[in-house]
Amino acid sequence: MNAGAVALRAGVHRGWIEFRQNMTNAQDVWSVVFFPVIALIVMYMLRGDKVPGTDFSLGSQSIPGILGMNLVLNGLLALAMALTMDREDGTLLRAKATPNGMIGYLTGKVISRAGTSVVGLLIPLVPAAFLFDSEQGMGVVMLPMMLLMAISGVFYPITALPEWLQWIAQGFPIYWLGLGLRSALLPVAMSAAEIGESWRHLETIGVLGAWAVIGLLLAPVVLLRMARRESGSSVAARRRKAMQRPM
Amino acid sequence: MLGTDPEAGDEAWRARLGIVLQSWRDHGKWRVRELLGHLGRYYTPYGTPERARPYDTDELVSLVGLTDQADTPVARLSGGQRRRLDVAIGIVGKPDLLFLDEPTVGFDPQARQEFHDLVRRLSDREDTTILLTTHDLDEAEKLADRIVILSGGVIVADGSAVELAERVSGKAEVRYSRDGEFFTHSDEDATGYVRELFAAYGEAIGDLEVRRVRLEDVYLAMVREFESGQRTVAPSELTEVTA
Repeated sequence: MNAGAVALRAGVHRGWIEFRQNMTNAQDVWSVVFFPVIALIVMYMLRGDKVPGTDFSLGSQSIPGILGMNLVLNGLLALAMALTMDREDGTLLRAKATPNGMIGYLTGKVISRAGTSVVGLLIPLVPAAFLFDSEQGMGVVMLPMMLLMAISGVFYPITALPEWLQWIAQGFPIYWLGLGLRSALLPVAMSAAEIGESWRHLETIGVLGAWAVIGLLLAPVVLLRMARRESGSSVAARRRKAMQRPM
Repeated sequence: MLGTDPEAGDEAWRARLGIVLQSWRDHGKWRVRELLGHLGRYYTPYGTPERARPYDTDELVSLVGLTDQADTPVARLSGGQRRRLDVAIGIVGKPDLLFLDEPTVGFDPQARQEFHDLVRRLSDREDTTILLTTHDLDEAEKLADRIVILSGGVIVADGSAVELAERVSGKAEVRYSRDGEFFTHSDEDATGYVRELFAAYGEAIGDLEVRRVRLEDVYLAMVREFESGQRTVAPSELTEVTA
């Protein structure tokens, strides 16, 4: 069999093992459930209002946005952290020293992170189905978590924001992830609260597709660059530095 | 290296190399057998009829003496076990050339002994050249067929332990006591000297000890020689050897 295909299959194997590790390690599980649990609690405590102009509860409206944000947290931030750690402990160097190891490493990371992100979606979705029915109202929820998340229409319809902020938000994938999930989970009438009073499916697919393509194109380039500079001595130097750092 | 400039080496070339650095910490959550099985997969396409790749996982685990730890997470291995795992990872693809970078640094005598046995087993077993760097000259003397001494980035000596010793001094040191008094004598023919000693004094000789020049003495002599400028070029060009 072709060596690249073998590495790709090894990567799938790797992804499954890493996913299993993510799901059986208390610390990793905690990092996946932490944010959705906090968000659910806050939303439950602040139940009250409806989405302006509709009879729909704000809690239900914000669930999809929270899902989107969770996807970004698990898919992007956690991935960045895992990469940093793999660089520091030499996992990346190991992949470089293995024939076609980088193909396997990348495939494994994409799969394990995707799996973990799906679990991160299910965690808030399942309890939300029981906690909030559309009869209950919810209060205004605006966690000052991150500026980008705040302006991406995660917690509140983006149309309530000034137009210039809306434009910034639309440049990033969080808004579109939220929009796509809202269109999948909410009644058609709720599209009234969106920009252009539409779910804008084509634009969603276009923007998210572009981000995915850019990400997947950049990831191997960046990884290879990171790995090219890896050597036994650079890993050793980083470890020395890490040990000097006060914990 | 293996006929290729390392900068230009491709994956097929990489598949013929095994590298064991001083202290790997990667894949801490993986289990020993799981990790070896996984990393072995990448070598499958590079097997040849004479050299099937990779190693059988269970065979490899037992070769490095980790059978009892086969299902232990890597992060929970002791220092010596971890290093043996690293060797297993280094040879999982049955390399033509294996690098061991100061593999026994920080080992207690027992772990060091076990590791030396492992290196000997490896060199007996497969058609693999092992390049081991070390600051422990006893280790080099014990394990190596050919020793290359580097000083200041330059090769100052190259040969077997015996050849190197001869180059510096052909003399061995003989220590003994005669009627309770201690003597030390250096001689090129230590065996002959001892024979004469017994012939002349017989029972009066005690505490006999013959000490050949150790690699450490050779090393110190060569480095001293090199630093004093007597030898400014490498004594010999490195030539291609087959294991």
